[in-house]
Amino acid sequence: MSITLLEAKNVGKRFGGLTALSDVSLTINKGEIYGLIGPNGAGKTTFFNVLTGAYTPNSGEFVFAGSALPYGKPHEIVACGIARTFQNIRLFREMTALENVMTGHHLRSNSTLWGILAQNRHARDEERLITERAYEMLRYVGIERHATTLARNLSYGDQRRLEIARALATEPQLLSLDEPAAGMNATETAQLRELISTIRNDGVTVLLIEHDVKLVMGLCDRVAVLNFGRKIAEDVPAVVQKNHEVIEAYLGSSHAH
Amino acid sequence: METLLQQIVNGLVVGSVYALVALGYTMVYGILGLINFAHGDVLMVGALVSLQVVLFVQKTWPALGAFPTLLIALVSAMAVCMAMGYIIERTAYRRLRNAPRLAPLITAIGVSFLLQTLAMIIWGRNYHSFPQLIDTTPLQPIAGVFITPVQIIILLSSACLMTGLILLVTRTKLGRAMRATAENHRVASLMGVDTNKIIATTFVLGSALAAIAGVMFSTNYGVAHYAMGFIPGIKAFTAAVLGGIGNLGGAMVGGIVLGLVESIGAGYLGSMTDLCNLPVWAQTANLQETCSNGGSFELLSSNYQDIFAFVILGIVLIFRPTGLMGERVSDRA
Repeated sequence: MSITLLEAKNVGKRFGGLTALSDVSLTINKGEIYGLIGPNGAGKTTFFNVLTGAYTPNSGEFVFAGSALPYGKPHEIVACGIARTFQNIRLFREMTALENVMTGHHLRSNSTLWGILAQNRHARDEERLITERAYEMLRYVGIERHATTLARNLSYGDQRRLEIARALATEPQLLSLDEPAAGMNATETAQLRELISTIRNDGVTVLLIEHDVKLVMGLCDRVAVLNFGRKIAEDVPAVVQKNHEVIEAYLGSSHAH
Repeated sequence: METLLQQIVNGLVVGSVYALVALGYTMVYGILGLINFAHGDVLMVGALVSLQVVLFVQKTWPALGAFPTLLIALVSAMAVCMAMGYIIERTAYRRLRNAPRLAPLITAIGVSFLLQTLAMIIWGRNYHSFPQLIDTTPLQPIAGVFITPVQIIILLSSACLMTGLILLVTRTKLGRAMRATAENHRVASLMGVDTNKIIATTFVLGSALAAIAGVMFSTNYGVAHYAMGFIPGIKAFTAAVLGGIGNLGGAMVGGIVLGLVESIGAGYLGSMTDLCNLPVWAQTANLQETCSNGGSFELLSSNYQDIFAFVILGIVLIFRPTGLMGERVSDRA
């Protein structure tokens, strides 16, 4: 029997007259890689933004590790243990790779303004610890040699890795990746796939939004499919692949039979 | 030559005070994109609060030395200004975070008026003389240049404060969070940074610097007044724009450069605009008489030194709106 980590209960989100999400309910179990797929405009990224607090849902709620997630304060949701990356990379471009990761640690550190101004022992020890951890994290995703490079000067693939490292630095229970393979070549995608498996094996649950159906089907334990803001399927990849409604949504109705 | 050296020293002193105030402008601009026009008035409150505390301490513990008295006054002024900075951000600016840019700008001007009026009600409209706690008589001149103990203290302490601020921003977790928030506050909050807290902290730090600058100003010039924040505020704003607003190093350089230009300019403004320099045929009879008696007729005296700040502001805005060290604006958008 698996333990539920995240439960979305009838989540709905409207933008003016447009219903981006309606009544989406899904359950993510601890330790799994959960895929969220769907055609363009199906509401995947909206679901992400609502989950991570960038938007407030119009209805429904998220229950994470047994308690309801707060609305409107993204940093509190991160504190609960949900970290994310972005579809279009959003690094702190003017900061080095190392500093980006260290910023991710911000939340898990507790020196006060006065401690920092006085540079007391706690503040200095903590700073040293954060630096070490950040190096470790860069090594984990394989870009340690670029630690002192400004984020904007990193290659595209390394920027994607840095986003993952920065998200992991917040010490999440659930890592949400928004199209991490977008724009990657086959080699990079294979490396990414390996990295995601490692992350899961190290005990972090992964929520993966992806366009690359092959990657999702090969990697995920379970998959949910969104179409026009509604969930049309949720099951193990092999079953979802045969679902008529899913095939219809992706390829059009003439292929469904 | 001696005049030049003397003006350079004076310029460095006044420039470092401008730089401290300019840092407050530039920090807030960097993080919020807001010109906090009330910043100069925070300086004024700092000066007046410290004056009040100095008078109180002198009356209550007359035996206390000059330095402890000034230190108590400085710390109280900083505490009051930091609290004020927090309250201003919390009540006036936070709710306008997502409003069009003009709204917080006008609010800032409103806050400035509010502070000036409150100060006028509390301290009256008169100029107060600020007790000269530290010796303002010049030391033995070095190479013909006079420098007072107050000026030395101002130079040293602002150098320390600026170094401290640079270290804070580049080397600590608070600085990283500030830079992250400045770059993109939505992403920063999605990475676990409490951006409201960081923004409030920025205001608090900027206000502390303004309070220090206010005490320096009053100690150096020996006066405090409810409207004294306006001119230093505008000049520090000029310094921040000159250096490239949003850029900490730029604010420091801008402050020093402005101080130097103003000071050197003021030193020569009189002789440059002396009408006796005109060819004799262009002078009136009266003027010729004054000049031949060894007199002078200066159109603009050194009292007009303020024009330099505004001329610089105009030139920078026209020819290099991003300032000396500013980044390309397109990168920020």
